[in-house]
Amino acid sequence: MLLNIKNLHVAINGKEIIKGLNLGVNQGEVHAIMGPNGTGKSTLAAAITGREGYEITQGEIWFKGKNIIGMPAEVRANEGIFLSFQYPVEIPGVSMTNFMRTALNAKREYKGLPSIPAGEFLKMMEEKKNLVEIQSKLTNRSVNEGFSGGEKKKNEIFQMAMLQPSLAILDETDSGLDIDALKVVAKGVNELRSEDNAFIVITHYQRLLDFIVPDFVHVLFDGKIVKTGGKNLALELEEKGYEWIKDQYLANSEV
Amino acid sequence: MNNSPSVQEISLDEMLVNQFDAHFELVSANDIPSVTALRKLAMQQFLLTGFPTSSDEKWRHTEIEALTDESFNYFLEPYKSERDIEDMFRCEVHNFDTEIISMLNGWLLDKKSGFTTLPNGIVYGSLRYAWKHFPEIINQHYGKIADYQTNGFVSINTAMVQDGVFIYVPDGVEAEKTIQIIKMIDRRESLFVQSRNLIVLGKNSKLSLMHCDDSINHFMSLINTVTEVYVGENAHFELYKLQNLNDKSGLINSTFIRQEANSTIKTNTLTFNCGMIRNNISVDLRGENAHADVLGLYLMDKKQHIDNQVYISHNAPHCTSNEKFKGILDDEASAVFNGYIHVARNAQKTNAYQNNNNILLKPTATINTMPFLEIYADDVKCSHGATIGQLDQEAMFYLRSRGISSSNARLLLMYAFAADIINQISIEPLRKRIDDMVKKRLRGELSVCEKCVLHCGMPEKEYHFDIDLSKL
Repeated sequence: MLLNIKNLHVAINGKEIIKGLNLGVNQGEVHAIMGPNGTGKSTLAAAITGREGYEITQGEIWFKGKNIIGMPAEVRANEGIFLSFQYPVEIPGVSMTNFMRTALNAKREYKGLPSIPAGEFLKMMEEKKNLVEIQSKLTNRSVNEGFSGGEKKKNEIFQMAMLQPSLAILDETDSGLDIDALKVVAKGVNELRSEDNAFIVITHYQRLLDFIVPDFVHVLFDGKIVKTGGKNLALELEEKGYEWIKDQYLANSEV
Repeated sequence: MNNSPSVQEISLDEMLVNQFDAHFELVSANDIPSVTALRKLAMQQFLLTGFPTSSDEKWRHTEIEALTDESFNYFLEPYKSERDIEDMFRCEVHNFDTEIISMLNGWLLDKKSGFTTLPNGIVYGSLRYAWKHFPEIINQHYGKIADYQTNGFVSINTAMVQDGVFIYVPDGVEAEKTIQIIKMIDRRESLFVQSRNLIVLGKNSKLSLMHCDDSINHFMSLINTVTEVYVGENAHFELYKLQNLNDKSGLINSTFIRQEANSTIKTNTLTFNCGMIRNNISVDLRGENAHADVLGLYLMDKKQHIDNQVYISHNAPHCTSNEKFKGILDDEASAVFNGYIHVARNAQKTNAYQNNNNILLKPTATINTMPFLEIYADDVKCSHGATIGQLDQEAMFYLRSRGISSSNARLLLMYAFAADIINQISIEPLRKRIDDMVKKRLRGELSVCEKCVLHCGMPEKEYHFDIDLSKL
């Protein structure tokens, strides 16, 4: 199993947000995580990627056979975990080229490979840019600075294409995207899907899942996965909302 | 005797006053009467005030006594350096062709003992000859822009200075090349060095000037420079100051700029290393529609101290000023920023902006930042802001989530913070070079002792952040 989360509990400032979550992801799979606001979706992404300030109070996160709890964020990234941010950070003064080259070389060094030759790197940039239809010259632009909402999300997928992770977590990649940009982003993701990698797609809406078709849909509520189904579960949620799941969950927990 | 070092037992101010009295003929040897008269007035003022101390309000956070209480040697005549001067002053900034003016220990190095006149009419050379050669320009501007009463350093400079750089750009002339003043301190003893620059830009003219202060050994020195700049109507002036001296050195750098109508200036003060620095930058906007950009970047560590004092005086309507200073402080370094904006009663429609941003890398580093606005006109727009903080944690995580080590992420963010100022350098080869210097400085690799970094034997052509072992 690529990712195996067992009985995970995560707290922020002492307040428990994730309360005993289990999730297994195999290579080649796409898992959608849905659920109302404030149920712990982004917290889950933060816990997997190693963001500081998220306290793992209990449980295990296994990735490629290693328990990654306590591992620094950059090591997890170099092991193959990637997060597409819900709100990509603007970093004025750091050029996209410098950023990607530093990131790519960090990963190569981690694997014991030499730095990527400049020519090869530029060729790769050009190729991956086309994948997500980024028209502008990235070379001289600062990371996300002055990018439109759509460009920022495309840029996340572009970075994913450059770094070729084995597990990519897309945290509300659809938020703030118009339908055309959404299609471009989804197309990029679909082209990157393979037998060797896996995706966790966090979203509120079923819309994205029309384009990135999941193998599994999980509903997160009150810090736990309360329901798991196939892609049709997303359609059902779209139609009926989350209330019935809440009711079901609360009824069960009363019993 | 006329060139023996002063006796070291007495204090610096006393020694200077003694030299002034004992060797006034030598001090004033190249003067015209107006300059001599000014010396006497300035010395009277210095006798009243002496050097400033940290109990003076304007020097409150800078313990200048640490320098003025030291003993220094002061020479009234140039000293022949045993080093190969030509080699020292060779500039190796790629594709950066400048007119170089070299100064060693406060004296202009000129074999021709006079001036260089460029085909377009620009004249540059030694101030000690300019007094007599250009009395009209001297009488019009010398000592008029820099008030000797400003403080003891300006007084003593006006009283005793014997050399410096004189540049005259005639009306309508645009300098093709940047003029570069390279000042080096290289004496195997502690020196007090003074120099004075007068730069005059005629109407519709243009000049960019680079002013490098470097030291190439580990001896203590105290440099007291006063620069006066007159920017005529619709003239455009840029000044890049590079400060890279050893940890024992002190630098008092006072720049006074007067601007006529429709003129623009840009000063960029880039401080990489020095024990203690005080930069006084004073801009007098006295003609309508003039614009001033006053920018600075300081990267200090160890126990270094920098004090940037900016005084912008809006004395005419419709002028704009933009002040931006950024600093990164590590270890026990300390900094002071004092931005003073004065808007006179008639200076309506003034638009003045002031900003100072600081990153403190350690809790032991300190910054004192203070805006000061004094506004007498009623239709003006003045804004100011100051920030003190650590590196952006969101951005840190973003970089680390892409596999970049936290030390490299820090380096990238510090560089990005500084880039804001670097990117405003309009001369491309210079911008690239400064960019390299900043990267080196942030990695702790910038050396100040072996050779001046601008002329180092192996200039870096291009640098990428491939190094994982940051020394930060």
